[in-house]
Amino acid sequence: MNSISISRSLRRLERLQRLHSTTLSQQYRCFSCSIRNQHETTKPPTSSSQSANYTHFGFETVAENLKQGKVAEVFSSVASSYDTMNDLMSLGIHRLWKDHFVRSLDPGINPILFSAPTSSPSTSSPAASSPSTPQGLNILDIAGGTGDVAFRMLDYASRIHNDSTTRVTVADINPEMLAAGRKRAASSPYSRANRLSFVEANAETLTTVPSSSVDLYTVAFGIRNFTNIPKALDEAYRVLKPGGVFACLEFSKVNNEAFNWAYKRWSFSAIPIIGQLVAGDRDSYQYLVESIERFPDQATFARMIQNAGFELPAKVGELGGGYEDLSGGIACIHKGVKPLEDTK
Amino acid sequence: PTYEGHVPLTSIERTALAVGSGVMAYFNPRRADLIALFGETTAQPFFINRLRNAMLKSPTGRRILRDRPRITSTSLSLPYLASLPTNTVGHTYYEWLEREKVSPDTRSAVRYIDDEECAYVMQRYRESHDFYHALTGLPTVREGEVALKCFEFANTGLPMTGLSVFNVFTLKAQERERFWGTYGPWAVRNGACSDDVINVYWEEEMETDVDELRTRLGIEKPPDLRDIRKQEREKRK
Repeated sequence: MNSISISRSLRRLERLQRLHSTTLSQQYRCFSCSIRNQHETTKPPTSSSQSANYTHFGFETVAENLKQGKVAEVFSSVASSYDTMNDLMSLGIHRLWKDHFVRSLDPGINPILFSAPTSSPSTSSPAASSPSTPQGLNILDIAGGTGDVAFRMLDYASRIHNDSTTRVTVADINPEMLAAGRKRAASSPYSRANRLSFVEANAETLTTVPSSSVDLYTVAFGIRNFTNIPKALDEAYRVLKPGGVFACLEFSKVNNEAFNWAYKRWSFSAIPIIGQLVAGDRDSYQYLVESIERFPDQATFARMIQNAGFELPAKVGELGGGYEDLSGGIACIHKGVKPLEDTK
Repeated sequence: PTYEGHVPLTSIERTALAVGSGVMAYFNPRRADLIALFGETTAQPFFINRLRNAMLKSPTGRRILRDRPRITSTSLSLPYLASLPTNTVGHTYYEWLEREKVSPDTRSAVRYIDDEECAYVMQRYRESHDFYHALTGLPTVREGEVALKCFEFANTGLPMTGLSVFNVFTLKAQERERFWGTYGPWAVRNGACSDDVINVYWEEEMETDVDELRTRLGIEKPPDLRDIRKQEREKRK
């Protein structure tokens, strides 16, 4: 071989190596690659054997202490167009999910029956003639952001149960989302009546919420963004009263193969495009669909809830398995009850 | 992906983005990111390649492609530009930045063009757009932008620039008359006959006299649109 062909083959080799290294090291976010990522067994260093320093941020791998900040960036940038984008991405179906979620929880008390006596009980039955104030439920809506679920619960309690004492505290880690929620609350009667408050809090360390003080803990489409889900579940267990209900509405795995194919195409192609056109931000929506991909499936998550000490409506694997699929598994409602006696 | 931030698109995705961004940008031309997106999704495969080849045909264009200079607020020293004599390209650009209250950083990165070199050509075009404003003296009001886009279409051939001219139908009647009567013909005449503005190495032309550059490229300065608009406003009062 003469020198020209040697240098040519060396150049070819170098080009091949460069191509090889870029295709392997970069995970990129086009649709087919997202599918390929699902099936890939070799993943970047997030194996459980290593110390928990890294976690997933969509399909990227980030240091655990950075994930919170990155999620914060995503939600700060989507906050202003959050509600519009939800309608566009789910074609309005998210409203049906949230309505069903609230209806199935049936929040609110019957103000005539459930009242605490203001004066000391008389010798006859406690619910006798003495005037009393109804004590409504104390609902904590985590990652409640713009208040979709909170408003629905208050409306439901007020209209269906005539309950004007149940109150909701919306907790969110992101101030921009809370600001959007407060703006909506200003045009509702609830904030003036002191039934709705917005606090900035991290679901993994709810320092401002005392233990055993919450009747109903809800989290809708928030838990998949948490850095440490078991920790958040433990906090939920702590703040709930014995007999209190934990309810989670979250994206999950679609059971049907054909429907799943269409769903994935919509998620990975259409949603980032809508994000680019409407919100001017493709990357945040790419993160959102990837985080859905990364969230554990129904049975796994139900077991996580069980491990935190909650009792599920059914055994995992039986009778619907302790959760309720919506829209074929696109969304799922998980519920749990904190047992009356501490069996943990 | 062939470069950092590159997002390969399928043809359905590309069409959806092109149509969506075109329609939305027509009704809301303030969304510069949509206009940029429209440019990227409609430039392939033919038009951006043609522009890249036009760069390759010129010696300066070839140097730009080799050096790959970027125009950002860090690569240009604004105090230096302010210190230059009044009729230089650098000083005119600086004055124009001050008058229009914009900064060199307002351009988004190219993501949807597949060939890496063509992506740079598109980025260069996007970053040079402000210099074209300074070169022609057209203001950043809708009327001025439409005229400049017409000029760019005649000069670079990118579809987005040509399609942007449809925005003339959203202008007021008097502005439209001015476009069809003066600025449109000026744009077509000058864009077609002058040298390719994409081949101007702006970083080296900062100290050149503006009129000398215009003569070299073969561009005549159009009537000052800002003055005309100011006069009309005065008349109406």
